[in-house]
Amino acid sequence: MTALLEVEKLAVSFGTMRAVDAISFTVESGEILGLVGESGCGKTTAALALMRLLRGATCTGAARLADVDLFSLDEPAMRARRGSDLAMIFQDPATALHPTIQVGDQLVETLRTHLNLSARQARSRALDLFRKVGIAAPEARLRAFPHELSGGMCQRVMIAMAIACSPLLLLADEPTTALDVTVQAQILDLLRQVTREAGMSVVLITHDLGVVAGMADRVAVMYAGAIVEMAGTDRLFAAPRHPYTRGLLASIPALDQGWDEPIPTLAGSVQSAFEVPGCRFSPRCPLASEICRSAPSLREVAPGHFVSCWNAA
Amino acid sequence: MLRFLAHRLAQSVVLLLGVSIIGFGLMHLAPGGPLALYTINPTVTAQDIERVKAQFGLDQPVAIQYLKWAEGMFTGNWGYSFFGGQQVREIVLDRMPATLELMGTSLFLALMIGVTIGIVSAVRRNSVADYASAVAAMIALSLPTFWFGLLAIYLFAQTLEWLPAGGVASTSGGDLVDRLRHLVLPVAVLSFVLVAQWSRYTRSAMLDILNQDYIRTAEAKGLKRSRILLNHALRACLAPLITLAGLQLPLLVGGALVTETVFSWPGMGLLFVNALGMRDYPVLMAILMVSAFVVVLGNLLADIAVALVDPRVKLGYG
Repeated sequence: MTALLEVEKLAVSFGTMRAVDAISFTVESGEILGLVGESGCGKTTAALALMRLLRGATCTGAARLADVDLFSLDEPAMRARRGSDLAMIFQDPATALHPTIQVGDQLVETLRTHLNLSARQARSRALDLFRKVGIAAPEARLRAFPHELSGGMCQRVMIAMAIACSPLLLLADEPTTALDVTVQAQILDLLRQVTREAGMSVVLITHDLGVVAGMADRVAVMYAGAIVEMAGTDRLFAAPRHPYTRGLLASIPALDQGWDEPIPTLAGSVQSAFEVPGCRFSPRCPLASEICRSAPSLREVAPGHFVSCWNAA
Repeated sequence: MLRFLAHRLAQSVVLLLGVSIIGFGLMHLAPGGPLALYTINPTVTAQDIERVKAQFGLDQPVAIQYLKWAEGMFTGNWGYSFFGGQQVREIVLDRMPATLELMGTSLFLALMIGVTIGIVSAVRRNSVADYASAVAAMIALSLPTFWFGLLAIYLFAQTLEWLPAGGVASTSGGDLVDRLRHLVLPVAVLSFVLVAQWSRYTRSAMLDILNQDYIRTAEAKGLKRSRILLNHALRACLAPLITLAGLQLPLLVGGALVTETVFSWPGMGLLFVNALGMRDYPVLMAILMVSAFVVVLGNLLADIAVALVDPRVKLGYG
């Protein structure tokens, strides 16, 4: 049986700048894959490439969703899949919603674009969706404008819009980053609940390891446009193999840490792919050696655990 | 809303009062006067001039003249023209339809064409069409209206003889087609500059909007490009465009003045220019006040319209 989403050697470049460098991963049906990495490592770019919403970028490789190669579809066929087969949630819900259209209309629009519904049917479907994502007083909220809602409420609207046509795959790009911590937990619970119910697959993009630990079945760690480690969530947190993943995990402050103890950080800063020959993490890597001058590729070090490092223990 | 209206109305009254004082003052500061012509006329004696001055009230201090005039404006008696003695209100209101016809048609056309060009340039950025519209807009903005008007008359009326050179209708009366033919050149000239402004403004506003997150959301929802452009992008563009329409009114009034003169269009602009030459104070002041009123009212309507299309805008004390 093949996976729901198969991404093969996806590469994205803007001119000579390589933002995503031949990444491959799969997402099983009903699975939540965490895509982790620091700002600018190519997480969002990879997701937008899957949606084919990148302007001025060259994408190569293949992405098969339910055995359909997204990159070989013509634009109308791709458009028909956006919002219905694969949907996306964005980082800042306050700017991702149209400021002068009632949120109910924005949702109804999605429904009527993909499903053959009358205005009245779509309206009642929208009401159901608002109830489902836990919006209080849904009838009144349908007529609200985004600026009248809180950030968490806006993100609930975005989630309602994303799941409106029961997509096979949901791309959630930092869905909680712009929200208050207490609201973050609610939104994550909601996401988990609605996707589990519908058996939806999710690619959860975040820089927050805590979010991944609580949500994802599997985690892929990205660094400078490439996936450096991929494993089941429990295994990745218990036995990280790549020095970058280890560094990331070590830099999470512990609750019992004294306030004056320094937080361990990774030395140096991210360098873009074409500046570093070989392994792009090597300039910051404590394990770097002569062999790192040539680029490592992902290898399976344990069942389902992939690492892209020569020296990984 | 009511408080906002009351506030703005009070503001408008003060504004119009200011316009009237400055306008009246400037007019009287200018050298010469309505009777200047007679002083070099040997058949008119000094006593005659004094007598006429007293008749028109021009021998009184400017402040008194102003107060008398202002009282008349409020009570509906706009005075009598110094030349011909007709009621000013009649003359001005008589000319108003022609000006409104010219201005309204030009504004409407400019809006339609300018916004369309702006959207196309934004969507097809850096295309041949985009550059062509940029060059055309620069030419339109650099050319003086009167020169462009004369050029149009020379080409289309004089040389090609396609269209009439001036007036609202042929002397033989004129049906609708005839009136429309007369409207073409002045409207084209007046709206040329407006189209240039609208297209550049729409382009930059649209470019800004097309880069917004909510446009990406609309794309991610799988909406058609045309729907994204017309329903999402254009809707977000409405508020700035309405504001521009309000701001353009004074320019339109000024443009109409020149255009009416060039095309001998019998509107308020032509009346103003003629009255200016003869220092017909009551007529000048009446037109000044009517134009100022239109501009103030237009801006008030624009503010209300912006609040209607953008729910984030709350009408407050501006």
